[in-house]
Amino acid sequence: MKLSIIIDNFDAASSVDQVTQHNNQQAQRKAAMAVLAHAEAGEIAARLRNFSLPAHQHLRMPESGLVMLRGRVGGDGAPFNLGEATVSRAAVRLASGEVGFGYTLGRDGEKARLIALCDALVQSRDHGGLVERNVIAPLREQLMVERRQAAAETAATKVDFYTMVRGEG
Amino acid sequence: MYVAVKGGERAIENAHRLLANARRGDQSVPEVTLDQISEQLGLAVDRVMGEGSLYDRELAALAIKQARGDLIEAIFLVRAFRATLPRFGASEPVDTGAMRVQRRVSSTFKDIPGGQILGPTFDYTHRLLDPSLAEGFVPDAPATAEAATAPTPRVTDILGRDGLIESSPQADDGASVGDLTREPLNFPADRDLRLQNLARGDEGFLLAMGYSTQRGYGRNHPFAGEIRFGEVEVEFFAEDAGFAVPLGSIELTECQMVNQFKGTATEAPCFTRGYGLAFGQSERKTMSMALVDRALRARELGEEALAPAQDEEFVMSHSDNVQATGFVEHLKLPHYVDFQSELGLLRKLRQEFADAQAGDAMKEAAE
Repeated sequence: MKLSIIIDNFDAASSVDQVTQHNNQQAQRKAAMAVLAHAEAGEIAARLRNFSLPAHQHLRMPESGLVMLRGRVGGDGAPFNLGEATVSRAAVRLASGEVGFGYTLGRDGEKARLIALCDALVQSRDHGGLVERNVIAPLREQLMVERRQAAAETAATKVDFYTMVRGEG
Repeated sequence: MYVAVKGGERAIENAHRLLANARRGDQSVPEVTLDQISEQLGLAVDRVMGEGSLYDRELAALAIKQARGDLIEAIFLVRAFRATLPRFGASEPVDTGAMRVQRRVSSTFKDIPGGQILGPTFDYTHRLLDPSLAEGFVPDAPATAEAATAPTPRVTDILGRDGLIESSPQADDGASVGDLTREPLNFPADRDLRLQNLARGDEGFLLAMGYSTQRGYGRNHPFAGEIRFGEVEVEFFAEDAGFAVPLGSIELTECQMVNQFKGTATEAPCFTRGYGLAFGQSERKTMSMALVDRALRARELGEEALAPAQDEEFVMSHSDNVQATGFVEHLKLPHYVDFQSELGLLRKLRQEFADAQAGDAMKEAAE
């Protein structure tokens, strides 16, 4: 009885660990995708060129289609359909088994394929660290520089309105 | 009866060749590139994306070039193109509260958290033609200032905290989102369908409708609670990946109109709202949309609905410029058979009229 409780708890503990690990990896993959989706295909390809790519195959050939973009009533209410956007997607499997998915706005199938490849590499024990350091991190830094510049230009147009008070208090 | 008109193939082919030459214009003048259209005629691209209901700058620029700058024709081309692609699904609803704001103004509160940010605007320009833009103009680099790290909450969220403004209607879990590109329009239409219709509606039509409410045809006392423009991130739940994947970001303009009160015996009075959202930097469009959205809520809010802008069937059936131009412009296509039958009828009526006149004259003569 006692033993079985310990075993049950042990199982529960290790499955919680697995869930946490899964969530961590998913968060990491999403963070990488968020950077890659903002980069140009050529920039990703250039970063991957210094990389000895493991064997991989296409699970889904790059294809383009539409995604209906949704907003919310009042910004925070019920969803409504705003209009569509072109989206490209692809899927890649490494010889070691990791499956990567690539999705991006636009009609650049090659970019979707490169994102899928990076997503597979991010999950790989052998390549995850390298792709983060050599591909994702520099592209993230570049994106941040661009965003900081845009934010600084926007900030210069901030107004301090004041109302004039006439006469004595 | 429908009778096909044949012939004229040669003339049509030659007309299209002539059009291609007219589109190109004087060939000693350099050809305009899609990048040039996208970068330098950005607001035209925004409008074509919004009313074409397809976010893709490059395609919108191509459509503008092909349509010789006729934006409604360009919108038509974009709509036709979108019908050729499969749909992967719908995005997660975008969060405009998390927008990387490039412009954000409120005409109701001067001290909003995050501040009033003018951004790239025509406001406060003198509207004088600038000859220096004619050629070789190089603008000064933009000024910069230290960017605030404070968030820029929606003004309506701030008012909402004190209960001074109605909250946004929420959807039931699992409720489907109406899509007028998939199901035919029925009336009365819910707010999700109305907003979809307005979002792709003609800017000029919505402007006139919104203006009519200000002039008294369905008055609703609006204030521009907030207008914001900037980038929002888009996520799409990918079945294969098993989670919501980032797709990149799009530019949106959002307008929150704050309008006069509603209240009942059991509910304290509060401000009501109208909402506008559109692709790109489309301020006039989203302001007009918000005015019309609010006007179309007349029935829901127990207001008298007598003005055109409050009539959802009238507004929603006439807002689409592709439908409208299709029906108006089809009048120029051959109607020879229709017209022949009308002509036949008219001749008969005239004959009857002449006979009756002759009959009267005979009678008078006989008397």
